[in-house]
Amino acid sequence: MEKDLLDIKSATAADIELILNTASSFKDVLSRDIKKVPTLRGKTAVNLFFEPSTRTKTSFELAEKRLSTDVVNFVVPTSSVAKGETLYDTIKTIESYGIDFIIIRHQCSGVPHFISKISNASVINAGDGINEHPTQALLDAFTIKEQKGRIAGLKIAIVGDILHSRVAKSNIYCLKKLGAKIRLIAPHTLIPAGIEHDVAEIYHDVESGIAGMDVIMALRIQQERQSGGFFSSTDEYFKFWGLTLKRLGKASPDVIVMHPGPMNRGVEIASDAADSRHSVINSQVTNGLAVRMAVLYLLDNARPKGFQISD
Amino acid sequence: MELIIKNGHIIDPSQGMDLIGDIYIRDGLISKVGQGEKDEGGVQVIDATGLYVFPGLIDMHTHLREPGFEYKETIKSGTRAAVKGGFTSVCCMPNTKPVNDNETVTEFIVIKAKSEGFCNVFPIGAITKRQEGKELAEMGMMRDAGAVAFSDDGWPVMDSLMMRRALEYSTVFKAPVISHAEDLSLSNDGVMNEGYLSTTLGLRGIPAQSEVIAIKRDIELAGLTGGRLHIAHVSTAGGVMAIREAKSRGILVTAETCPHYLHLTEEAANGYNTAAKVNPPLRTQKDVEAVREGLIDGTIDVIATDHAPHHRDDKLCEFDRAAFGISGLEIAFSLSYALVKEGLLPLSKLIEKMTIRPAQVLNINKGTLREGADADIAIVNLDKEFVVDTEKFVSKGKNTPFHGRHLSGLPVITICQGNIRYNFNNDIIMDGI
Repeated sequence: MEKDLLDIKSATAADIELILNTASSFKDVLSRDIKKVPTLRGKTAVNLFFEPSTRTKTSFELAEKRLSTDVVNFVVPTSSVAKGETLYDTIKTIESYGIDFIIIRHQCSGVPHFISKISNASVINAGDGINEHPTQALLDAFTIKEQKGRIAGLKIAIVGDILHSRVAKSNIYCLKKLGAKIRLIAPHTLIPAGIEHDVAEIYHDVESGIAGMDVIMALRIQQERQSGGFFSSTDEYFKFWGLTLKRLGKASPDVIVMHPGPMNRGVEIASDAADSRHSVINSQVTNGLAVRMAVLYLLDNARPKGFQISD
Repeated sequence: MELIIKNGHIIDPSQGMDLIGDIYIRDGLISKVGQGEKDEGGVQVIDATGLYVFPGLIDMHTHLREPGFEYKETIKSGTRAAVKGGFTSVCCMPNTKPVNDNETVTEFIVIKAKSEGFCNVFPIGAITKRQEGKELAEMGMMRDAGAVAFSDDGWPVMDSLMMRRALEYSTVFKAPVISHAEDLSLSNDGVMNEGYLSTTLGLRGIPAQSEVIAIKRDIELAGLTGGRLHIAHVSTAGGVMAIREAKSRGILVTAETCPHYLHLTEEAANGYNTAAKVNPPLRTQKDVEAVREGLIDGTIDVIATDHAPHHRDDKLCEFDRAAFGISGLEIAFSLSYALVKEGLLPLSKLIEKMTIRPAQVLNINKGTLREGADADIAIVNLDKEFVVDTEKFVSKGKNTPFHGRHLSGLPVITICQGNIRYNFNNDIIMDGI
C-alpha cells in the first residue's frame, strides 16, 4: 500500500483485496453494540470538500469517528478559499496544523494527485472531477462480493452517463482488476473516448445490453447534461435507457441492482426496480462505512511516522 | 571595420551560402562575407573557428506579455531570453492587457523595445478589437506604427464572415493574417488532447478535429479572398494534410509549428503535469510524425516558438485551472537541431525555417547575411551538449516540460545590428540597444 488512495487505476489487485478483506473485519465492528474502536486515536483527518456532498462526506466523517480520529470539516464557502486563496496555500495551511489525513473532493480532476505531491499527509480521493471516486468503487466491489461470493467471472453492466461519471471510471478499473467482465450501456454521446480499451463490450441498446447480466449498476443522470446536447430529454432518456423491473427480467434471475446515489427515480431508474428484491442500494451505504474505515486504517499504517511539514 | 567574425562555418540559406569564412560588419550592417581582407586596427575580432554562423534567428510567434502581464514576462526579459536562444528578431502576439489592437499600444511596444530590448521586436496587431472577433481592429494604423502581421492568437476568429473580411481587408496593408486555428465549440473547454489518455485522467479533451476543421475553413476563406493566410502552431496530422493539399491547389497559405509538437506527445501531461499544458495540446505519436514530415517536405514553412512564459503560480495549481503555454525561446534552436542530428532535416533547411522563411512570410528585411543587410547574426556551437535547467532560464517563465532533457547545439554569441547582445563564454548579456 502507498500512503495515499488517489485512484484505482494505479492500485494493484492485491491492494484492492487487502482493503476488501480489512473492510470485512470493520463490518463486524459495525454490527456490535459499541461501534467505536480506538485504532486511530490521536490522529486527525480533514474533510476538505470543494463540492457539495452529503453521502460521501457523512460516510467519511462517521468512519473517522468510529476509528476515534479527530475530525475537522473544512467548509469551503466560508473559508478563505472564497477570498481567492490558491489551493496550494490552502493545503499548506491545513498541513501546518499537523494533519494525518486529507480527504479531498474537488471539481477538478487530478487535485488529489496535486495535493499528494505537496503534502505528507495521507490523501484520500473522495471524488475528483470526472476522474475517479475510488472508495465508491471499493464499496461497490465489497457489496458485489458480499452478495455474489465472488467477482471474477461475473458479468457486470454499467448503465448511464459513463462520460461524466467518476464512479463508473473507478468501478471499471476496480472490477476489471478483479476479473469481472464489464459491459457499458449508454447512448453514444455518454461514452468516453478510448474506453473500449478497458471494457469487454459497449452497448447502446439497453434491452439487449441487460440480457444475462449478474450485476447492473445504474448511474445518476444530471439534468444539466441535457443542455450540453448529450441527450434530448429526461423523458426520452428514461424511455430508452431507464432501468425498469420489466427490463430487469432479461437479466440473470438473481441479478443485483446497484446505484451510487442520489437516485433520480423516473430518470435512470424506475421505483419498481429501485425498490425490488434485486436492489442492494441500502447495503452499499452500510458497506461504504466499513470500506472507508479500512482505507483510513491501512493508509495510516503505510504512512511514514513522525510529523513533518513538507517543503 | 567594427567587428569581424573570423573563420566560422557560415550557412545562409537566403543566398545558398555554405562556406568557411569571415563576416565583416560596419555601421551595424554586413559589409562583406568572404575571405582575404586584411584586419584593420581597433577592430573587434571574434574567432569563430569550429563554430557555425547563421543569420540571426527570427521567431514569428512570441508572447512578451508587456503591457499588462509584466509578472509573467517583460519586453526586456523576453528579448533577453531571445538573444540567449540565438534569436535577433521576435514578433510579439497582441494578447496583452490592453490588447495590441490600436496604434498606441503598437507604438508603446516599439518604443519600449528600442529602449530596453535586446533584439528587434516586431509587433503583431490584433485582427479584431479586444480580440473579441466582432469588429476589425485598426490594421492600417497599426501597420504604420510597426505591426508586421495580424492575429487574434490565443483565440480564433470564430465568425467565418469576420475572418473573411479580415483576410480581404488586410491585403490592402500587405500583412498576413495569422490564424490560431481552433473550433472553440468543439474544444468545449478541453484542457488536453482528446483520447484514451484524457479519459483515464478524467480531463476534458480537445479533439484533433478542433484544429483541422478551423484550418480547413481558413484555407477555404483564403481561396475565396486571395488573402495572405498563415497558420500558427500546427499540431495535428490532419492539419498538415489540409495545408499540403491547399498548397498543391495554389492557395496562398504558409504554416508554422513549434519545437514541442516535434518532440512531445500527450503523454507528457500524464500525472497532471501542468508544464505540458499547452494550446493546441500535445497530440499523439502519429501527429508528431506527420508534423515532422510536413516540416521535411516543406508543407510547414517555419519553426516558431510560441514562447508563452507564465508565472510559477499560474502552473502550480489544478490542471484545469493552469495556464496554457510553454516557455520556449532559450531552447527552441537546440530542440529543432535535434531533427538535424536525427538525420531528418539538412542543417541549411532548418536554418531557412528559422531565418529567411519567417522573414519572407512577414515581408520583413531580415534573415539574411547579404552585404548591406542588418548585421543580425547567431553564432552557434553545434557540438556543445547541455542539460536543460529552467533555473538558468533568463526568461521569467520557467514553464517547460523539457526540464532535464539532454540537448546539443548551443547559441554562444548573438549579434544584433552589429552589437554583441549575448556571449555565452563570458556570460555577458549587454544592456540596452
